[in-house]
Amino acid sequence: MNAPLLSVRDVAVEFRIPEGVFRRSRVLRAVDGVSFDLARGETLGVVGESGCGKSTLARAILGLVPLARGIMTLDGQSLDSGNGERWWRKDIQVIFQDPLASLNPRMTVGEIVAEPLETLMPELSRREMETRVISMMERVGLSSTQVNRYPHEFSGGQCQRIGIARALVSEPRVVLCDEPVSALDVSIQAQIVNLLTDLQKEMGLALLFIAHDLAVVRHISHRVMVMYLGQVAETTDADTLYRRPLHPYTRALMAAVPVPDPGRRARDVEIVRGDVPSLLAPPSGCPFRTRCPLAVARCAAEAPALRMVGKTAVACHLVDGADAGSAASA
Amino acid sequence: MSLLDVHDLKVSFETNDGLLPAVQGVSFALEEGEALGIVGESGSGKSQTVLALMGLLADNGVASGKAEFEGQDLLGLSPARLNRVRGEKISMIFQDPMTSLNPYLTVASQMTEVLTLHKDMTRREARQEAVRMLDAVHIPDASSRLDRYPHEFSGGMRQRVMIAMSLLCRPQILIADEPTTALDVTVQAQILRLLDEIRREFRTAVILITHDLGVVAEVCDRVIVMYGGRVMESGSLHHIFQGSRHPYTRGLLASVPRLDQERGGRLQGIPGAPPSLSRPPTGCPFEARCAYRLDRCTSVPPPLKERDRGHRVACYAELIL
Repeated sequence: MNAPLLSVRDVAVEFRIPEGVFRRSRVLRAVDGVSFDLARGETLGVVGESGCGKSTLARAILGLVPLARGIMTLDGQSLDSGNGERWWRKDIQVIFQDPLASLNPRMTVGEIVAEPLETLMPELSRREMETRVISMMERVGLSSTQVNRYPHEFSGGQCQRIGIARALVSEPRVVLCDEPVSALDVSIQAQIVNLLTDLQKEMGLALLFIAHDLAVVRHISHRVMVMYLGQVAETTDADTLYRRPLHPYTRALMAAVPVPDPGRRARDVEIVRGDVPSLLAPPSGCPFRTRCPLAVARCAAEAPALRMVGKTAVACHLVDGADAGSAASA
Repeated sequence: MSLLDVHDLKVSFETNDGLLPAVQGVSFALEEGEALGIVGESGSGKSQTVLALMGLLADNGVASGKAEFEGQDLLGLSPARLNRVRGEKISMIFQDPMTSLNPYLTVASQMTEVLTLHKDMTRREARQEAVRMLDAVHIPDASSRLDRYPHEFSGGMRQRVMIAMSLLCRPQILIADEPTTALDVTVQAQILRLLDEIRREFRTAVILITHDLGVVAEVCDRVIVMYGGRVMESGSLHHIFQGSRHPYTRGLLASVPRLDQERGGRLQGIPGAPPSLSRPPTGCPFEARCAYRLDRCTSVPPPLKERDRGHRVACYAELIL
C-alpha cells in the first residue's frame, strides 16, 4: 500500500463521570492509546464488543469528542487546526448504523443528498449540484424519480443507500462506516456490502469499517484491528487474522460466532467466560485477563504492549516465538 | 399426538390503512423436548406467530386458526385460563431482558411471585427454589445476588435471570424470541449453550425465534423458514442447510457472510426488498425477488407440500432447482 492517507497515533478519549457535588468525578477511558494508518483504497475493519471503543474512535476522528491525547493527520496535516475549524469535512464522511434515524424525516431525499454540497461546496452552481445529486443517487442504486420522496417511504436497505449517497456526494477520501449493515436483514446486508466494495473501487475510497460481526468484517477488510475495552488487542491483514488469530480474545471472538452449518456446532469449543468488565473499573494489567483462559500472574501486574509477531501486532504476554513461526509460515 | 399443534394460524392487524395480514396460514407441530427454530427476516411474521399463541398480540391484532395444546385450543381460551397456561406450562423470554424485568423489584420478589402464584409455595420454599434455579443457569453466588435489582446485573446475567424465571414452573414449552440478539457474541455463545443444556436437563421443548441462521444451526433440531407471513420451507437441520429446495432459503443461506470465506468475492444477497404489508402480493410473497418465478407464482401462493419425510416446501419451481 502507498503512504497513509489517514494516520492516527496514540489516541485516547476520556469522559468524566460526575459522582456528586463535592466528590471528584471519575474518569472513563473509552479509547486508550490507539494507533493505525489507513491508505487510499484500503479498508481497515475495526471489530470488538460493546464498550471496546470502536464507535468512540470514529467520533474522535470526526471531532465530535475531544482527544485526551494523541494526534490524527490527513495527508500529513493535523485534523486539529487549532482554531476548531474542521477543514477536512469534505474529505472525511460517515455512514451510520440506523439508516432511518440518521435521515431527517422532513427533508426529501434530494435535499438530504444535496445538503453536504450546500455546506461544503457552496461554490457549485444549483445546476451542478443537481447533476451531482442525481448521479450519486443512481450510483447507489436509487432512481432519479425518487428525488422528491421522503425517507419514511423507503425500506431500511434503501434508506442506507440514501445515507451512503449523502456521505459520498462530496467525494470524500475517507469514509467512516459505523456498523453500516448491522440494522439490516441479511439478504439486504449483502446488497449494501457489495455496493460499498464497488464504490470503494470506483472512487478509491479509504474505509474504516466498524462492526461487531466478524464475518462481515472479514469479507470487506484488507486489514483488521481487534479492540477490547478501549485498547487494540491485535492488528494484522484479514487473511492472517482469520487463519491464525494470535490474541486469546480474537480466538474467543471467532470461536463464539455461530456458524450456519449444523455439522460444525461451536458447542465443542471452549467458550470464554463472564462478561465484558465495566470501563469504570477496568482490570489492572491486560484488560482481557479476567476472562482469558490463559491468564497468568504477569497479566495482572503488567499491561502488555503491542509488539510484532510475524505479520501481526499483538498485545499479549503469552504469544511466543512458536506462534510467531507458525503465523509467519501460515 | 404432538405437544403443540398449530393449524392454519392467521394474524392480522386493524389499522387506518385497513386490515394488514401479518401471518397468513401457518401450520406446524412441536414435539416433546424438541428445539424448533423459526427463522425469518423483519416482517416475516415469525414473532407475531408466537405472540398469537401466547395471547400477547397488540390490541388491534386478531388471530384465527387453531393451536392445540393438551387438548385445548390456546386461541380460544379465556384470559383466566390462558394465564394459567402462560408461565406455568408455556413461558417466554424476549430480546431485551431489561424491558422484561421490573426495575423497581428485586430479582427475588419477581421470582418468588411466580412460584407463590402458580405453585402455591410459601415465601421460604419459593426463595429456595429461586436460588436453585439461578444456580442452574450458572449465576455465581446466587443466594446473595437474589436480593439485587435488575440494573445491578450485566446484559448476559439478566438474560440468565430471565431464563431462570421462565423455568421456575418447569414449563413444557419455552419460547425464546431473539434471546441473544442484544448480546455480545461471546455472551451469546454462553446463552446458546445454556439454552441447550437447560433443554436437556429439564426436558423442555424450545421454540427459538431468530433472524440468524447460525444461531439456528447451533441449537435447533428442526427449522421453519418464514417469509411474508407464510412458511416457505420446513424440515430438519439437514433438509434446510444441506438440502434446501426453496429459492428463498437458498438465497438466505448464500447471503450470510462466512468466517471461512476468503476476502473479495461478492456476497450473493437477494435482489429487491421484502413485500409491503399494506399491499400483500396475491401469490407467493417471494415471487418478486425470485429468480425461478413461473407464471402461476403471481396468482396463487404455492401450498406447503411434503417432499421427503418431514421436509416441506412451498414452491412451484422447486422441482427444477
